[in-house]
Amino acid sequence: MAETRRAAAGPATYLLRVFVIAYLVLLVAWPVVLVGTNTFANGTQALTDVFADPDMVAALRLSAIAAVVATVINTVFGVTISMLLVRKQFPGKRVLSALIDLPLSVSPIVVGLALMLVYGGRNGWFGPTVEDWGLQVVFATPGIVLATAFVSLPLVIREVVPVLHELGTEQEQAAQSLGASGWQTFWRITLPSIKWAVIYGVVLTLARSLGEFGAVKVVSGNVLGETRTATLAVEERYLNFDQEGAYAVAFLLASVSVLAILVVFVLRARGTRHRAFERQS
Amino acid sequence: MSIDVSGVNKRYGDFVALQDINLSLPTGQLTALLGPSGGGKTTLLRIIAGLETADSGSVVIEGVEATRLPVQKRNVGFVFQHYAAFKHLSVARNVAFGLEIRKKPKAEIRAKVDELLQLVHLDAFADRLPSQLSGGQRQRMALARALAIEPSVLLLDEPFGALDAKVRKELRDWLRRLHDEVHVTTVFVTHDQEEALEVADEIVVVNEGRVEQVGSPDQLYDEPANDFVMGFLGEVTTLGDLRLRPHDIEVTTSPAPAATQGTVTRALRVGFEVRVTVSVPDQDVPVTVVMTRTHARALRLEAGSAVWLVAAEGATAVTSSRPSARPSVEPVAG
Repeated sequence: MAETRRAAAGPATYLLRVFVIAYLVLLVAWPVVLVGTNTFANGTQALTDVFADPDMVAALRLSAIAAVVATVINTVFGVTISMLLVRKQFPGKRVLSALIDLPLSVSPIVVGLALMLVYGGRNGWFGPTVEDWGLQVVFATPGIVLATAFVSLPLVIREVVPVLHELGTEQEQAAQSLGASGWQTFWRITLPSIKWAVIYGVVLTLARSLGEFGAVKVVSGNVLGETRTATLAVEERYLNFDQEGAYAVAFLLASVSVLAILVVFVLRARGTRHRAFERQS
Repeated sequence: MSIDVSGVNKRYGDFVALQDINLSLPTGQLTALLGPSGGGKTTLLRIIAGLETADSGSVVIEGVEATRLPVQKRNVGFVFQHYAAFKHLSVARNVAFGLEIRKKPKAEIRAKVDELLQLVHLDAFADRLPSQLSGGQRQRMALARALAIEPSVLLLDEPFGALDAKVRKELRDWLRRLHDEVHVTTVFVTHDQEEALEVADEIVVVNEGRVEQVGSPDQLYDEPANDFVMGFLGEVTTLGDLRLRPHDIEVTTSPAPAATQGTVTRALRVGFEVRVTVSVPDQDVPVTVVMTRTHARALRLEAGSAVWLVAAEGATAVTSSRPSARPSVEPVAG
């Protein structure tokens, strides 16, 4: 498909481009690149040190576990809520839809404090009960997972809902008229149709979860080697004047995020091409 | 009877979609639900399929009480206006879907799919994706998919509505031939009276949530139950207190007994026919007459010609509708 030919760029266009590029370089690209160069200032020494330190490895592992578990929870929950929001009518639907955006607009530190109020071991609303059952939430992995899941909750839903809307219900009705149960219709028809949206959502959720700091800082207790996540470790290193260590871990976190964004970028390009092909025929 | 609908009512809020529908459709017949948009015909079809539930009334399919059965259990084939193709599955997998759900053996599925793809002339496209097919091909695929489950009834919702005129006409003929081959009880919804008249064994005219008339295409055309049916099945004009088809008016250029005198105001040629507009003294709306080009030339009709109009012998006509009372059909005496 031929793109419509653009009008010749005037001086205003060039000025605007320079401005935007300068803005992005100064604000985003250069600082991130500096993290990389600082990490490798002494070759791979900084990274080797990080992996030689059992506490750092534990922090990285904890971050990975929390992010993966939160992503799994938010994917299952997100797809379910999306189906509910798009396919069903029920009172309070608009309120629920608005509520889902809350985690994006509320500061993570507020999320952390709110979770303390509910799950706090001593005077939380629900915490003591849960602790009586033998499950420690706050200052333990479950709390970290909860906080991470909270802040990254809307990402899958916001990707899936518009795709479900666009998909419509005809294919699902056709499947049902051919004898498929609700569950079979979901697995065989709906899920394959929203597959790419779910994948974008998962990648974004994973990236966001890995980087979570504020909410986790409040609920984790930040115990070295036990409840200290990678982001908390970065802060701790930095405050203890171990800049090289801080940059090394920061570099690892940033690499995962950049990788995630690259994956989304490639997938989106694929998806767009796929849709363009469909429309063309 | 293959489909028995009795006492079906359906409302959407204040809007009455269907009002006390009673309908019996015999086995093996091709029936059209004909009516204007928003008249309730699609709702009726979806209630028969189980895709909508009626507020009251019952649906019986092949002797089985189906009112409370979910769509999965009714064994109906449903074809949607916009194909509802499973976009991520190949043509063959689309057709195989119902059979895979029923856990039929693989070899049986393959044989059945091959047979159906041949029937709908898509055997060369088995491995394509629906996006690689034209609209007409997609609809044929959807039809094969619906037929694969050997449904008790085949329901088609405006099946050709999204296709262009030429493909529409081809598919319409093809559907008629297919039905003569397969003999499954078929109901299709259309708002195109030509399509209904051409394809269906029986036509059910649905308007404003009610059944206006049920009958064969000839019956409906020749003996419309009321003004609405008459008007919906073809063009209608008014001559005196009669409403009749424009081609059922005889035109002479000299006075004739019981004829109405008028003056030609316009003669418009459309292809082989000429549409003549005649203004008549005691009538507000001019009369429209349709005749062949040859006939019009023989009469030398042009604007300003004086003509005498009379209803042709045996013409279908209804007396002009008076508000409140429904008009009755009367054959016109020669």
